[in-house]
Amino acid sequence: MRKIKKQKIYLLALLLPFITFVIGFEIGPLVAMIKNSFYADDGIQVTINQYITIFKSKFYLQAIQNSLVISLFSAVTSVIIAVIAAYSLTKFSQKIQNRLLMITNMTSNFEGIPLSFSYIILLGNNGLFTLLFSKIGWDVFADFNLYSWTGLILVYIYFQIPLAVMLIYPSYQGIKKQWKEASSLLGGSTSSFWLHIGIPVLLPSIVGTFSILFANAMGAYATAYALVGSNYNLLSLQIASLVASDVALKPQLGSAMGVLLAATMIGAMWFNERMMRRIRRDLR
Amino acid sequence: MKASLTFHKLMVGLLVIYLLIPLVGTLLFSIAGKWDHTILPESYTMKWYIELFQDERFYDAFRRTLFLIVMSVGLSVVIMLPTIFIITVYFSKWEGFLQAAAMLPYGIPPIVGAVGLIKVYSDGPIQIAGTPWILIGAYFITILPFMYQGIRNSLRTVNAVQLVDAAELLGATKFQAFRTVVFPNIISGILVSTLLSVALLFSEFAFANLLVGGRFETIQIYLADKLNSSGHLTSAIVITYYSMILLLTGTVLKLSFRKEKNPVVSNKNRILSLFKKQYRHKNTALEGEK
Repeated sequence: MRKIKKQKIYLLALLLPFITFVIGFEIGPLVAMIKNSFYADDGIQVTINQYITIFKSKFYLQAIQNSLVISLFSAVTSVIIAVIAAYSLTKFSQKIQNRLLMITNMTSNFEGIPLSFSYIILLGNNGLFTLLFSKIGWDVFADFNLYSWTGLILVYIYFQIPLAVMLIYPSYQGIKKQWKEASSLLGGSTSSFWLHIGIPVLLPSIVGTFSILFANAMGAYATAYALVGSNYNLLSLQIASLVASDVALKPQLGSAMGVLLAATMIGAMWFNERMMRRIRRDLR
Repeated sequence: MKASLTFHKLMVGLLVIYLLIPLVGTLLFSIAGKWDHTILPESYTMKWYIELFQDERFYDAFRRTLFLIVMSVGLSVVIMLPTIFIITVYFSKWEGFLQAAAMLPYGIPPIVGAVGLIKVYSDGPIQIAGTPWILIGAYFITILPFMYQGIRNSLRTVNAVQLVDAAELLGATKFQAFRTVVFPNIISGILVSTLLSVALLFSEFAFANLLVGGRFETIQIYLADKLNSSGHLTSAIVITYYSMILLLTGTVLKLSFRKEKNPVVSNKNRILSLFKKQYRHKNTALEGEK
């Protein structure tokens, strides 16, 4: 009996490094951030002023709004493209499908700083396409500015699409050929099959993918940093400049904005769960 | 029927072109000599690569990144293997906690994580903000979800609990059972998640920039710094860097293809297989209802 107890203590001791890391670098910093967001700029007085500051400031509200809009827009666009593209993918032979998925998989690793750089080469002020188009005389890109909202959207959609395709593609495997046959035997057309069977079956996966993409864009930092620096007002860029820049550090305000960003992400995940459960209850 | 296949070909073709254009453009730019008013470069040269491979700073940055990766992935393997093993075998009622702790980083972007890390480590007893040590800690947490999933799945596949029981019946101690029976059997399963973690950390920029920045220049920081200098040289860096990533993920795909016959899911988004599993359940439920 005593031997077993001794062994348990020994085993628990082996868990210590893990617990130390989780507390030191995961839970601890999170708690510190939440706590810090309730302090005044001097770090002594307890207050909720930081949150009031954010919600009263046009500038910070703008940052939140810009982040939300860019995330929603890029997530919706990518999901729509991915739903169509993934369906088209399923029409090819298995070998080609695998090869195409390999390409999406490989390009999904092309993100952050290198991706922004690529876009600067292609579409920046002296970009290949920019120069080429202006020489040919196409003026579609005359008003285009990569270092702006449109540019950001373009790059965000680029890194969202491969992810969306890979997330949605497997759920097409769930749509059985027999369902289509059954539906057409009962007199349903192709469009009524998709309207009443196909899309409802895909819906949880679409909603789930959407919230993952949304969260992905909300938290994106490297891409935006490389492309617009501090010229564009985004939540993640603001947090970075508040906690780790060379000018005006306001860690308490940065913490409050960090809490808001984390809350949005958790909100997106919660929404995903809710939708999933709701759809599943309907099915029952 | 034929017309619709043309549509699908067009769709997929457009997608592939859209995805590959930035890569091809960067590749061409990195080997282009003169290229300002033609569709393809007028002349090709390797001088940008030669210039890059003579740059001491590039090697230094590469070495630093390698150091961080080896340290954090190594630590992760050394710590997570016994932890997950002990918890699944002896303290299975805590598995929920372990999973929550391991999956939490997946929902927290580095930008949020960095805020708290700076707060904790810039003053107080342990002041490691601005040193590579804080990055090792942060990276340990970053790769936690991937390492956890990889190790746990491998332990399940080989039926670790039964294996240990059997080994003990035959007179082995727990440690012997782990070292000689379980460990050799799961080592290839762990390889995949290890390589995934390496690829992930290779492209990590947010933590590196916010926590340490120029004081410990990693490959990503070096790249960000070079963005404003010669475009050709930067293209050469991007291509070199991306080839390494491709090599890593290619190996991962190959390894998992051999094992699962479903290579595409096995990239860094493997974690999301959690979601896919849910759908699969749902689909089978649907079938059952017919």
